[in-house]
Amino acid sequence: MAPETEVKNPALDINDEYKYGFSDPEKAVFKAEKGVNHDVVDQISQMKSEPEWMREFRHDALDVFESKPMPNWGNTGLLNDIDFDNIYYYLKPVEKQSTIWDEVPEDIKNTFDRLGIPEAERKFLAGVSAQYESEVVYHSMQEELEKQGVIFLDMDSGLREYEEIVKEYWATIIPPTDNKFAALNSAVWSGGSFVYIPKGVEVDIPLQAYFRINAQNMGQFERTLIIADEGSRVHYIEGCTAPTYAADSLHSAVVELVALPGSHLRYTTIQNWSKNVYNLVTKRAVAHENSTVEWVDGNLGSKLTMKFPCVYLVGEKAHGEILSIAFSNEGQHQDAGAKIYHAAPNTTSRITSKSISKGGGRASYRGMVKVYPDAIGSKVHVECDALLMDKESRSDTYPTMEIAEEQVQVEHEARVSKVGDEQLFYLMSRGLTEEEALVMVVNGFIEPFVKELPMEYAVELNRLIQLEMEGSVG
Amino acid sequence: MSDNSHPLFEVQNLKVAIDGNEILRGVDLTINEGEIHAIMGRNGSGKSTMAYVLMGHPHYEVLDGSVKYKGLDMLDLDTDERARLGMFLAFQYPMSIPGVTVAKFLHSALKAREESGEVAVREFRTNLNEAMNLLGVDSSFASRYVNDGFSGGEKKRLEILQMFMLEPDFCILDETDSGLDIDALKTVAEGVNAMRSEQRSMLLITHYQRVLNYVKPDVVHVMMDGKIVRTGGIELAETLEENGYEWIEQELFQNTEATGIGTAEA
Ligand SMILES: Nc1ncnc2c1ncn2[C@@H]1O[C@H](COP(=O)(O)OP(=O)(O)O)[C@@H](O)[C@H]1O
Ligand SMILES: [Mg+2]
Repeated sequence: MAPETEVKNPALDINDEYKYGFSDPEKAVFKAEKGVNHDVVDQISQMKSEPEWMREFRHDALDVFESKPMPNWGNTGLLNDIDFDNIYYYLKPVEKQSTIWDEVPEDIKNTFDRLGIPEAERKFLAGVSAQYESEVVYHSMQEELEKQGVIFLDMDSGLREYEEIVKEYWATIIPPTDNKFAALNSAVWSGGSFVYIPKGVEVDIPLQAYFRINAQNMGQFERTLIIADEGSRVHYIEGCTAPTYAADSLHSAVVELVALPGSHLRYTTIQNWSKNVYNLVTKRAVAHENSTVEWVDGNLGSKLTMKFPCVYLVGEKAHGEILSIAFSNEGQHQDAGAKIYHAAPNTTSRITSKSISKGGGRASYRGMVKVYPDAIGSKVHVECDALLMDKESRSDTYPTMEIAEEQVQVEHEARVSKVGDEQLFYLMSRGLTEEEALVMVVNGFIEPFVKELPMEYAVELNRLIQLEMEGSVG
Repeated sequence: MSDNSHPLFEVQNLKVAIDGNEILRGVDLTINEGEIHAIMGRNGSGKSTMAYVLMGHPHYEVLDGSVKYKGLDMLDLDTDERARLGMFLAFQYPMSIPGVTVAKFLHSALKAREESGEVAVREFRTNLNEAMNLLGVDSSFASRYVNDGFSGGEKKRLEILQMFMLEPDFCILDETDSGLDIDALKTVAEGVNAMRSEQRSMLLITHYQRVLNYVKPDVVHVMMDGKIVRTGGIELAETLEENGYEWIEQELFQNTEATGIGTAEA
C-alpha cells in the first residue's frame, strides 16, 4: 500500500506558512490507511527504521489484539461502539522533531502556545516533550540534567539511542497479553517518553509531556517507559492534554514505570480529552525495596476512560500511592481506579480516590488490593469519596480485596455525599452566587488532590472545574 | 431609640411555614440605623426560623408579610443578593466546607462583593491578620478548612471574624453566645461592640440574658410561639433572667381569657 500523502486536516496543511519548510512537502506528512492490519504495523515499523525485534514484537502483539475478545466488564455498551476499522492508527505530522521552539510548524506551535507550553517550560519545567498525533514534534531538556546523565527522550529516539536499556525493560511490566488495548498499543505504538534517571540523581523540578490529538478518527498510542535508578528522584507530568474536537478518537497508551531500590518516582496526569475520546490506558509500576511510586491521576475529559494505575510492591518497605480524581459530566463515564499488589514484607500503600458526577455523568471506582502470603507487616489504606451533584448522576464502587496474609493492616473507607443545600445556603449567605458556591464546594472536595500538583497545574485544574460547573445552576 | 431615626430593616406581619407547619405567625419588627435589637425566646420559639427566612433560606415558605431592607423588598431576592446588599447572618450551626481554607473563603466572599471581582491579596492578608488579632484567634486559623473539625467556640469566632471582614450593614447573630465559656463570650462581645456604629444595625438572637451584660441592646423583644409577644428595654431582659418566661405566658393566657380571642389565629 502506498503512503497516503493527501492531507485532509487544514491544521496540518503544508504551505508556505511554515517558517522552516521541508524539502519535500509531499513526503513530510504521512498518514497510514484507516484500520489496523499487519501491513500497517509493518509500515509503522519501517518508517521508524526499527530493529527487527521490535518489528516482531509489534506483529505478535497484533495477533494478540486480534485474538482477544473485547472486555466483558465495565461499560461494554460504549466499548462495543468502538469501530476499530474507522481509526487512523498512525499519522506523522512533521518530518523531524524540533528542539528549538521556533522550528515547530506554525499551526502546531500555535496550538501548543495556546496550551501554555513554552511558557510553562520557561517557568517551571526541567524538560518538555510535545506530541502531536503520533509523533513528538518538540523536545527539550535542561542542559544541566543532560550533564548528570538524565535521559528524557521521545520513545522512538529512546529506542534508537538506548536500545539496550529499552530492550531490558520493554513490556516486562505490561506484556501485550495483559489486555486487548495494551496489545493494540504494543502493535501500533508511536511516541511517548523514555526517561532514565541515573543512580542518586534527584530531578527537583518536573519533566513534562503534552499529548494532543488533532485529526478526526485519530488513534494515539504513545508508549512511555520511565526508569528511576537506585536512590534517584523524578516527577513526570503528563500535561493538560488539550481538548480536541475530533469525532470519536481513541487514546490508548501504555505506561511502564520501574522504581529501583530507594528511588522516588511520581507520575502525574491531568487528562482533559474532548468528550468523544475513548481513553483506555494501561499504567503499571514496579516498586523495588525502599522505593516509592506515586500515581497522581486526574480525569476530566473523554467519553469513556478506563484507567487503573497499578503498583507492584516487590521489594521490602516499598511504598505505593495512588491519588486520583474523576470528574464525570453529561455523556461521560469515568471508570477509574487503582490497583496495588503487596508482594514483599512491610510494604505500604495508600489509595485515595475522589469522584464528582454531574449532569447525568457516571463515575466508577474499580479497585484491586492484593496482599500475597508472606507480605508480613504490610499496610493498606483505601479511601473512596464520591460527590454527586444531582439526582441524575451516578457513582459506583467496585472494590476488590484479596488478603492472603494475616499480619497486615487494612483500612477501607468509602463515602458518597451530595452537595448539601445547607452548605450552599451558608456560602451564598456570604455573597457567593449559587454557581460560585458549587464551584467552591467542589474545589474543596478535590483539594487533597490539587495540593499535590505544581501551582500552575492547580490553577489550571481549578479553572477547568469551574468551566465544567458552568451552567450547573438553573 | 432616637426620634429622627431611619428604619434600616422592617418586617411586617411575616408568616412562614416549613413542610406545611406555620412556624412564624405574624412577626412585626422595625430596626433603625445604628440600633441593636435583642430577640429572646425559648428553644423552639422560631428565632432561627426567622433568621433563616430573613436571609432567604430556600426551604421556607413565606405565607404572608414583607421584609424591607434599605427600602428594598428582600423577599424577591436570593440569599446571595441579600448578602451583597450588606446583610449578614452569623449561624447558630455554621456549616463546614472541607478543603476550603478560611482565607480562601473570606477572600472569595469579599471578591463577590466587588464589581471588579478583585480584592488585592496583600491588603486582604493585612486586614485578615488584624481581625484575627483582635478576636484573639491564632494565625493558623486562616489556613484551616472552614469549620472542618472546629470546636463550638472556634466556629462562633469564625462567624464573628467573617462579620468583621465583610463589614455588613445589618447583622443577625443567631445564638452566637451559646456554648461559649466566659472568655470566649467576652471576645465575641468585644467583637460585636467594635462593630457597633451609627449606620450598622444588629439583631442579636439569644436565649440567655448573659450576653446582654456585655452587649447593650437598644431594644429587647421576646419571641414566643412564632410571634413577638413583648418589646421593651434592657429591663425586659433582666426580668426574664429573674422570672423566666412563665409570667409572659400567664399574662398572654389571661388576655386571651379576658378577650376570648386565641393567640393562635391559624
Ligand atoms: N426544617 C424544619 N422542619 C420542620 N419543623 C421545623 C424545621 N425547622 C424548625 N422547625 C420547627 O420550628 C420551630 C422553631 O424552630 P427554630 O426556629 O429553630 O427555633 P429556635 O431557634 O427559637 O430554637 C420548632 O418547633 C422546630 O421544631
Ligand atoms: Mg435557634
